[in-house]
Amino acid sequence: MSALPPYASPLQRTWHYTFRLICGLIFFFLIFPIMVILPLSFNAENFFTFTKAMLALDPAGYSFKHYYDFFTNPDWQQALTNSVMIAPVATLLATSFGTLAAIGLSQSHVPYKPAIMAVLISPMIVPLIISAAGMYFFYSRIGLQGTYWGVVLAHAALGTPFVIITVTATLVGFDRSLVRASASLGANSVTTFFKVQMPLIIPGVVSGALFAFITSFDEVVVVLFLGSASQKTLPWQMFTGLREQISPTILAVASLMVAISIVLLTVLEMLRRRSERLRGLSPG
Amino acid sequence: MSDIPAGQVLLTTQDGRPLKAALATALRREKLRALALIAPLLIFVLITFIAPIGDMLFRSVENNIVPETLPRTVVALEEWDPATGQAPGEAVYAAFYEDMLIAVEQKTHTRLGSRLNYEEGGISSLFRKSGRRVDDMDPAVPFKEQFIEVDDDWGTVETWRVIKQFSSDYTAGYFLNAFDAERTAEGVELKPENERIYLYLFGRTLYLSSVITVSCLLLGYPVAYLLSALPLRSSNLLMILVLLPFWTSLLVRTSAWKVLLQQQGVINDFLVWIGVVDNLNRLVMINNQTGTIIAMTHILLPFMILPLYSVMKTISPSYVRAAKSLGANDWTAFWRVYFPQSVPGIGAGAVLVFILSIGYYITPELVGGTSGIFISNRIAYHISSSLNWGLAAALGTLLLVAVMVLFIVYDRIVGIDNVKLG
Repeated sequence: MSALPPYASPLQRTWHYTFRLICGLIFFFLIFPIMVILPLSFNAENFFTFTKAMLALDPAGYSFKHYYDFFTNPDWQQALTNSVMIAPVATLLATSFGTLAAIGLSQSHVPYKPAIMAVLISPMIVPLIISAAGMYFFYSRIGLQGTYWGVVLAHAALGTPFVIITVTATLVGFDRSLVRASASLGANSVTTFFKVQMPLIIPGVVSGALFAFITSFDEVVVVLFLGSASQKTLPWQMFTGLREQISPTILAVASLMVAISIVLLTVLEMLRRRSERLRGLSPG
Repeated sequence: MSDIPAGQVLLTTQDGRPLKAALATALRREKLRALALIAPLLIFVLITFIAPIGDMLFRSVENNIVPETLPRTVVALEEWDPATGQAPGEAVYAAFYEDMLIAVEQKTHTRLGSRLNYEEGGISSLFRKSGRRVDDMDPAVPFKEQFIEVDDDWGTVETWRVIKQFSSDYTAGYFLNAFDAERTAEGVELKPENERIYLYLFGRTLYLSSVITVSCLLLGYPVAYLLSALPLRSSNLLMILVLLPFWTSLLVRTSAWKVLLQQQGVINDFLVWIGVVDNLNRLVMINNQTGTIIAMTHILLPFMILPLYSVMKTISPSYVRAAKSLGANDWTAFWRVYFPQSVPGIGAGAVLVFILSIGYYITPELVGGTSGIFISNRIAYHISSSLNWGLAAALGTLLLVAVMVLFIVYDRIVGIDNVKLG
């Protein structure tokens, strides 16, 4: 499929290009909705579609007013602040607990391993609405509902499976004799962990942390139920903005979030290349 | 050391302990160390996640409101049998009067009324009305007459049957409701056709999820095939087009579809401009099932492409070449040789997309209107608007069971250890 042989029949030739066209359309379907909001976010009008002035590339048709609104509107700023306060703490909790557990799970003798794994992975599998419902009932009983820590703990729990999975994947390629070598040279286990093990598994830890961060930064269902008005996060504000009154500021926020995901994707790609280089494979 | 056969030497460590015992100790220490590393997270997840889920499961059968609010009435009602067709005797009414006096003082009778109202419409107002009058009742006159004077419903078998039915600590009532069933005098029966909503909603959730899974498969298969066939350099470049949506916020993608699909939105404007659609008859593509299917297919498509790609990457092209050299045409070589090898990828992707989609809440809520919502939206409604938490918990439990069953299937096909991200 990759290359058309010189002896291909006209039918094969037609199919070859038709197939590529179909795939092109699917890629267009994947990327177009994300890309279309970037120009629309500079709309000078409060419309969700291209105005005549925009299509004519008239500078008067474009403006930064939606961005201006995002950066000056206290509702949006409060939401941004909350997201920035919640996500890093949840990430820190998820990453530290998750990394330790992944190292524990990678040992050769772990009793009840399948059961433990099932429990630790469950926050990723259970539908969010069920997690949100359960947490709402339970956290109300213990007085965590509507508090900052309630949201942080919930988000940390949702983020841990991603840390476990990414760190476990890195540990599969980890040579355990390095730990023994370090110990035989007199290093205690803490030194071994920070000087030998950690630098080698750091790509997995960082990408797990990124996943945990994006989980919290992007999460809306749990925070809707578990948070009170003072824990309103960016996705929450977007959700209410979309459901109640469609405010065009959403397009500016969405564009900024696309920019964030492009940065994240780049970081992950660099990590992937680094770890492939370390393992002696050439980056693709 | 008499159990050692003659001629065999017992291996010991330097300090004289049998080697076997020393090994066992070392092994135990290693196990403990592994568990000690896992324990913080395990405890954390058990408290912050598993306990809430357990609490929800419990709430779906828990029913202590009647026995807590009306303890004496519950005891007095034990001897009454609704099958007689007669309202209970004076003893029950006297006990009820005492319970109500306390309940009205603590203002718990309205809570009880709204709880029983889920089972029998009108009880809520009956309790509120009686609560206002109970203080003025005269202990010298039989309570039965006084209650019936407040409202005729206190003299009917039906009212007391509902109270008796819900006087135990646990109930299957919420689950019956979730199945659109109810307990009648003849036993458990399905509700009248026009009152059934949950079976229908479960059916729609499954139906829409299947449609979304199939469309993801149809769109994902060619793309995954192309990615796996191209040389690494160009496939990595195209992979970005799959990973960028994967990493983009769910709300960003949902808002993008909301913008695109609106009647005054980009797609309709474009169709009007090229003349396919008349300006006055713009397509309705949002706030209905079409909106849900399009937006969720877009959101879940990367979850189909990535597992498919990882399986297709392992299929050696030499099998297809061999088939062709033996005379198969392109289609036969694909269908008889390539496709069967890609089936594990289809299984993994389809189950994953299906699991994710039956639990979706945000996207159907925003683009689904009334005809495109899922069971999750109903659960959310019962938690935040109707406050029928028991029913929300029962519906949630059923959804959870469905996901668990699917997950076991997924585990058989892929194995949770093989889950890959990005």
